[in-house]
Amino acid sequence: TNRTNVSLYFFQLYVTDTKTRRGARKGSTSSSSSSSSSAAPDPLSSMLDGTDPLSMFAAASASETPRKEKEDDAVGPDFESWSAKRGEILARFTTTEKLSINLCMGSDRGKTCVWMFLDICLCVKGSQRELLNLSQQDYANRIEELNQSLKEAWASDQKVKALKIVIQCSKLLSDTSVIQFYPSKFVLITDILDTFGRLVYDRIWTMCSDPRPLPDSFTVEDVNDTAKETCLNWFYKIASIRELLPRLYVEAAILKCNRFLNKSGIQDTLPRLTSMIRGIGDPLVAAYARAYLCRVGMEVAPHLKDSLNRNFFDLLGTFRQISGESVQNQLVMQRVEVPEYLTLYSPAINWILQCIAYRAPEPLLTEMMERCKTLGNNALLLNSVMRAFRPEFVAARATDFICMIKDCDEAGFPKHLLFGSLGRSLACADPPESERLTILNEAWKVITKVRSPRDYISCAEIWVEFTCRHFTKREVNTVLADIIKHMTPDRAFEDAYTQLQSVIRKILTYFHDFSVLFSMERFLPFLDMFQKDSVRVEVCRSIMEVFIKHQVEPTRDPVILNAMLHICKTMHDSVNALTLEDEKRSLALLIIGFIRMVSFGRDFEQQLSFCVEARATFCNLEPVLVQLIHTVNQLSMETRRVMRGNHSRKTAAFVRACAAYSFITIPSLSSIFSRLSLCLLSAQVALANQCLSQADAFFKAAVSILPEVPRSISVEGKLRSSESFLLDFINNFLATLLVVPDHPEHGVLYLVRGLLNMVQDYTWEDNSDAKVRVYISALPLLAAMSQETYIYSIPKVDSNETLYGGDPKFLSEINKLCETLIGQILDHLKVLGRDENTRRQGALAFSLFGVLVSHGDLRNNKLSQLTVNLWNLSHKHGYCDTRISVRTLEHIKHQAQQPDMAHLTDTVQRLALQTRT
Amino acid sequence: MSVTLDIRLKRANKVYHEEEVVAGVIVLVCKETMQHHGICLSMDGLVNLQLSSKSVGVFEAFYNSVKPIQLISSSIEVAKAGKIPGGKTEIPFEFPLHMKSNKVLYETYHGVFVNIQYTLRCDVKRSLLAKDLSRTCEFIVHSQPQKAKVVPTRVNFTITPDTLQSSRERSNLPKFLIQGHLDATNCVISQPLTGEVVVENSDVPIKSIELQLVRVETCGCAEGYARDATEIQNIQIAEGDVCHGLAIPIYMVFPRLFTCPTLETTNFKVEFEVNIVIVLHDDHLITENFPLKLCRV
Repeated sequence: TNRTNVSLYFFQLYVTDTKTRRGARKGSTSSSSSSSSSAAPDPLSSMLDGTDPLSMFAAASASETPRKEKEDDAVGPDFESWSAKRGEILARFTTTEKLSINLCMGSDRGKTCVWMFLDICLCVKGSQRELLNLSQQDYANRIEELNQSLKEAWASDQKVKALKIVIQCSKLLSDTSVIQFYPSKFVLITDILDTFGRLVYDRIWTMCSDPRPLPDSFTVEDVNDTAKETCLNWFYKIASIRELLPRLYVEAAILKCNRFLNKSGIQDTLPRLTSMIRGIGDPLVAAYARAYLCRVGMEVAPHLKDSLNRNFFDLLGTFRQISGESVQNQLVMQRVEVPEYLTLYSPAINWILQCIAYRAPEPLLTEMMERCKTLGNNALLLNSVMRAFRPEFVAARATDFICMIKDCDEAGFPKHLLFGSLGRSLACADPPESERLTILNEAWKVITKVRSPRDYISCAEIWVEFTCRHFTKREVNTVLADIIKHMTPDRAFEDAYTQLQSVIRKILTYFHDFSVLFSMERFLPFLDMFQKDSVRVEVCRSIMEVFIKHQVEPTRDPVILNAMLHICKTMHDSVNALTLEDEKRSLALLIIGFIRMVSFGRDFEQQLSFCVEARATFCNLEPVLVQLIHTVNQLSMETRRVMRGNHSRKTAAFVRACAAYSFITIPSLSSIFSRLSLCLLSAQVALANQCLSQADAFFKAAVSILPEVPRSISVEGKLRSSESFLLDFINNFLATLLVVPDHPEHGVLYLVRGLLNMVQDYTWEDNSDAKVRVYISALPLLAAMSQETYIYSIPKVDSNETLYGGDPKFLSEINKLCETLIGQILDHLKVLGRDENTRRQGALAFSLFGVLVSHGDLRNNKLSQLTVNLWNLSHKHGYCDTRISVRTLEHIKHQAQQPDMAHLTDTVQRLALQTRT
Repeated sequence: MSVTLDIRLKRANKVYHEEEVVAGVIVLVCKETMQHHGICLSMDGLVNLQLSSKSVGVFEAFYNSVKPIQLISSSIEVAKAGKIPGGKTEIPFEFPLHMKSNKVLYETYHGVFVNIQYTLRCDVKRSLLAKDLSRTCEFIVHSQPQKAKVVPTRVNFTITPDTLQSSRERSNLPKFLIQGHLDATNCVISQPLTGEVVVENSDVPIKSIELQLVRVETCGCAEGYARDATEIQNIQIAEGDVCHGLAIPIYMVFPRLFTCPTLETTNFKVEFEVNIVIVLHDDHLITENFPLKLCRV
């Protein structure tokens, strides 16, 4: 070839390109053009005057029937998008081989544009850069860099460079060395093409946006001449790209731009590009080019189904090439086996078929299937048909498909992949009922023969769903047994945890009856294959979650209990010093969920012994122990209910055993408030069951724990004062003490005194009124204790009212105690007054006032005077809430009208309301 | 003081036909008021002929006789001497594309040895101290559509070792049979060249099939002539060992400016040809040549 002429040809490319460049062009060597104008198009852009073929087609098609309904134009959400596929392809087609990018990019910026472009296109030796020995990740990064530099070039108005990059990138697609990586390479490079297509389209679109942006549904008439000119120029430029593949890909990339030129542009271009692909000799390269064309076509004009079909038929037509000499030689050279090579086609063919099958009528699919048959049941094709067509379609013909799979050439496409694809369809659509068992048998016959554990499990995993969906535990059990058999040798399961987990997940989706589930002999052995701790726990966890969600009835089924205990134990045993709190909490919650579902009905002893066992098993998870104590307490109360409060010797012993269980379990808890509240609760339960000495022991235990309560505790990770919790607890305790009879061997009010002593000795926070508040709340208890009949009592438990029967000695003990308390309170009030803490003083005084008015005998003058003084003290500094004061007064007045309460009237009259002046 | 001068044509594609009016504006942008001695616009159409270096020695006799042929030349005064105010000034103009009586307007063509080019040139004459301003702008001329209807005639071809002209190589060539057709060799320049090629069989894999568009430019006079064929562009239509028996489309868009309707005058000729080039895997090159006749309708 004569060099001069070639350069002129490229020169043309270059010069016409400048037309679209808007910025001032510097350093141009174009001699014929003196234009340095920024707005006017270059003189060299020879435009066709409305007689170009495209506009003539447009004119011809103007009379055509308008396009179909709008909804036909768009692709619905049920179409699996490319972005979903691309990640899948990138992850699947990987290589450890070294890759190379052969780019011949002129990088010398000093050179003039024309020569730069020449460099690129002629691959002048000096500027040819071969990037050898790239790892796959490096390769992907390089491509991404190219993508970036494309965007940069575009942004800086270097349209030539941008086109250059795109051409070079598409050229890489004709390189099939390291063929295993080709699908991924395709994904990476078409990303760049997509970017380019978008850039060109957006650029032309903005050229038309003056005075207002084009609507999405614009027509050719809305596009101005300059924009059309620019667009036409791109097409001319691309039409003169020398190599087939770049010309094809780049034109496909800007297919959408045809909208600017004429109505039928896309419709005319698609078939032309489709037949242009016939010129690609390498069948793999051609298949992917078709996939790209279909992809762009689907995006831009989803209603144009014809070229999709034509692409597919052309693809079928060239299938024989795969067995041809060229391909075979290539495989030998690259040491790639035929089955592996064939799988490289899958993404492309799947995509094409997916486009075709999308909302396609049934007869079309049937026709496709027939064509597969006529092609000798080409496995590769069959696989794609099963993947791309609607699952319902495949499922309805599952038996046919199985026959076709059987007839496939054994040496070609791996059969387990075929069954995998079939299984995937059957997982979401049902074949006719009568055929199901045959299908399963046929499929499994093949699957079980797959040698490689990796291939085996990936296929078996898919079929588990079908099995679970339509068959009973017997079949599933058989499947599990088969999986165990395949995956156990050489610890193959270690590499297949994901798939094995998915098997469990599928089984759990279909089997919610755990007695059925656990009666599968091979289920637990299957679980044993999860030998990596983290996976094992995760699996157990998923089982537990399903159990808690779906087990409605409490159970005593030994099969379930054994298995669940085993599973829970596994989870429990995974807890160690490094386990996070959250993790522990969630595990504990799951185990608690299980414990709550265990019920032995009337067999209380069995239930208790279960709790004993559970305590031993789950000793490291405190919330579980707490739950166990609650369960046992509940058991006691249940026993009491069954016996209607009259324990027999046997049940009395049983409830004592329950109390004993709680008593020895509580100290093992580390949370002091759990211990306190459980002590109190268990004491109440013991009391209710007439176990006096047990109750006593709980109370003593509670009292003895009190001094240990720290002044601050951690609540949800933050340190908080424990005071309010403690006050709550003590008040609860005091209320319980009313019904607790005194121990015969100890003095009067032994427990009350013990508690108050503890309160006195406890190191309360500085500047806190807590202690005095406890004293104030102890007064109502003492008042209640001095009544002839107590306001509440426990059936069959004699409280102090019966024990002492209003003995004056008992009453005077109470009075003494009250005096001491009131003395202490008044002392404290004085101290507050001295320290100028008048607000706190007022509040406490008002509380004491309230207690005295409600519980004190105000006929006693001294007490009456004290009340009046307290009222005055609380109002002295004006911190009182007037509304409360008014309401209190009203209440007392109301009380005074009750019989025997007339004496209150005196008191009321002495209570003056503070007026605000 | 900077002044910019620009010519903007009304038509975005700058394409005009005979008897049409070339319209546009002269744009002057200056910061201050500018004195000038007249603004003048001229239109030129020239055919530039050039001899290839290989022909020079042989045809030295008429080497000098190859001088530019003027097709059109006229000028108008846009403004008399005066002042241009500061800022942007647009002076509209209309220039009819009239031919001198017996001459024909050839289409714009950018070739190697023949160049047909039309320009508008604007000159602003200024005082002695300031430089004159000048600006040229090319516009494109398309010849009038031809009256006669173009009836496409399909051209079939078959290529086998036996059909090749060079008999020397025929014996050591591998066997192959390539068939196909061009939809027409009398082509409308605004429409692509189309056809099909089928590799029926081939002992050696195909490496590439290309379409080579060639211009044949002839310059001459009574003393003799120089004829040179050079490549305009080369378009690959098949790459690699293509599937046998499958029709591969032939499709090529005629590049603008670099092609024009086939032209034959007394002084020069511009003709076009297309070569179908088949490269075999062993780098054997097989070429089938088709002369084209381009026209505009």
